[in-house]
Amino acid sequence: MKDVAFGQYYPADSFVHRLDPRLKLLFLIAFITAIFLATDFYGLAACAGVLLVIVLCSRVPLGKVFRAIRGILFLVLFTAVIQILFNHGDKAYWGGPAVYWEWKIFAVTQEGIVLAIFLVLRLALLVMCSSMLTYTTTPVALTDGIESLLTPLKWLHIPVHVLALVMNMALSLIPVLTGETERIMNAQKARGADFETGNIFRRIKAIVPILIPLLVSSIDRAEELGNAMDSRCYRGDIKRTKYKKLRFGWRDLIAFLLGAALVTGVVLLRVYVGGIL
Amino acid sequence: MRAIEFRDVSYTYEDGDADGDPSNAQRGGFQIKHLNFAVEEGEFVAVLGHNGSGKSTLARLSNRLLAADSGEIEVFGTPLTKKTVYEIRKQIGIVFQNPDNQTVASIVEDDVAFGAENIGLAREEIGARISFALKAVGMEQYRNATIARLSGGQKQRVAIAGVLALKPRIMILDESTAMLDPRGRREIMDVVVRLNREEKITVILITHFMEEALLADRAIVMNRGEIVMQDKPAGIFARHEELLTYNLTLPRIGMIVKGLNAGGMPVSDTLDLEKLAGEIAECVS
Repeated sequence: MKDVAFGQYYPADSFVHRLDPRLKLLFLIAFITAIFLATDFYGLAACAGVLLVIVLCSRVPLGKVFRAIRGILFLVLFTAVIQILFNHGDKAYWGGPAVYWEWKIFAVTQEGIVLAIFLVLRLALLVMCSSMLTYTTTPVALTDGIESLLTPLKWLHIPVHVLALVMNMALSLIPVLTGETERIMNAQKARGADFETGNIFRRIKAIVPILIPLLVSSIDRAEELGNAMDSRCYRGDIKRTKYKKLRFGWRDLIAFLLGAALVTGVVLLRVYVGGIL
Repeated sequence: MRAIEFRDVSYTYEDGDADGDPSNAQRGGFQIKHLNFAVEEGEFVAVLGHNGSGKSTLARLSNRLLAADSGEIEVFGTPLTKKTVYEIRKQIGIVFQNPDNQTVASIVEDDVAFGAENIGLAREEIGARISFALKAVGMEQYRNATIARLSGGQKQRVAIAGVLALKPRIMILDESTAMLDPRGRREIMDVVVRLNREEKITVILITHFMEEALLADRAIVMNRGEIVMQDKPAGIFARHEELLTYNLTLPRIGMIVKGLNAGGMPVSDTLDLEKLAGEIAECVS
């Protein structure tokens, strides 16, 4: 429970932290596109290199960035196992037989192993770059960025400001609700509840006594939070000002050029070199 | 000048109206009956009462989180109505019980800015108010900290700062120390007393800790939706038999005096720690 890394801000004063959140959001989209466009290890290496530069510039400890993978560890392992067991390709990447073992629908091949490594790296990069956004951007800045990028939707009478505020509050409540879940789990454990053994259905059933108190307390919380917001003169969008204004500066320009170069580079690699897929 | 005045205010909870407070869950039909009281500008008033006595309802009525069924409420001479409610909410800041349920942002300065942004202040003014508010609660070095990592007392001080950023003239603390450890409670009380003395903010402190009531100029005791006692704290605590009937006890120092008297040590009925210590020393020597 404690390593829910996603959505946690890592406070530091760095180049990356000070970038315009809108740019960081667009950069992330570009970066994810680049990762998906990369069809060989060179492309991924280029992405990883750029990510490494970003991490070093941001002063976020590398270990913390790697820890973000833990959240999707199951997905990563699952993908890898599926690739290794079911890929029947006969491409040889190194000496020795292209197919090591085959039985009915199962097979272990060189291609399967290579693809498994490739996909694991791709997933890991995806998660690491996404968590870099939340590590280096305060939720308020992030939602301000989203709000600003979604401004055109205001013409369609979509309450962009409210959506942004809701996102912001959801992010700030993650640690609170995590703590609450832990408390409830401990209380149920103390009364003999068992969350660790039994088959998947038993375990899912064991979650119900956690979810219900959590839901009830969240509703109470929401009511009190509403009262607190009302007391602090919240009236929706009416006459509201913003303390933090977003500004596009020279740093942002550099980051923008870097992102554009990365995407172009990966696209060129794909067009002229081809890939393993 | 009168800071706030309740004239014959009544309110009835409808069945199942839990009001977000678990202790109110069985409040269907609970009533606040003909409440009359006034608080002068600059005064520090404690409101005492056991769970469900109606003291939190009083806070919610005062800025129209709940609209009174009958009677009038005036804040600095302005009647509280649907029209004036937003102006009056600028004047009255309420700090609630659970610090986790009052934060809208994860970073201290963003949260403190929330109220000031809501009333449409200019950027520079908001910045100045954040500095003022954080300084007033002694949290200026935590301006960029993550709220989730702070202690309970610190979180609650941030909540107070969030209210102060609106520059209210009245501050209501609705059991704001109830969830804190003794150290957190002391932090909050130090801040509140200082705000009252130095910033001249009128304070209404709703609490069930009798020790906290000792710091007030005046105390109001509520029971079943009615005001049953109103006096200086010393006067209230002198009537301990009556207090017991409202499920309230004496502050610890009062208990000690009572115990000493019962055990045959003739100390006077004081709530002053220094004075009591002196008297005990005299008796012993």
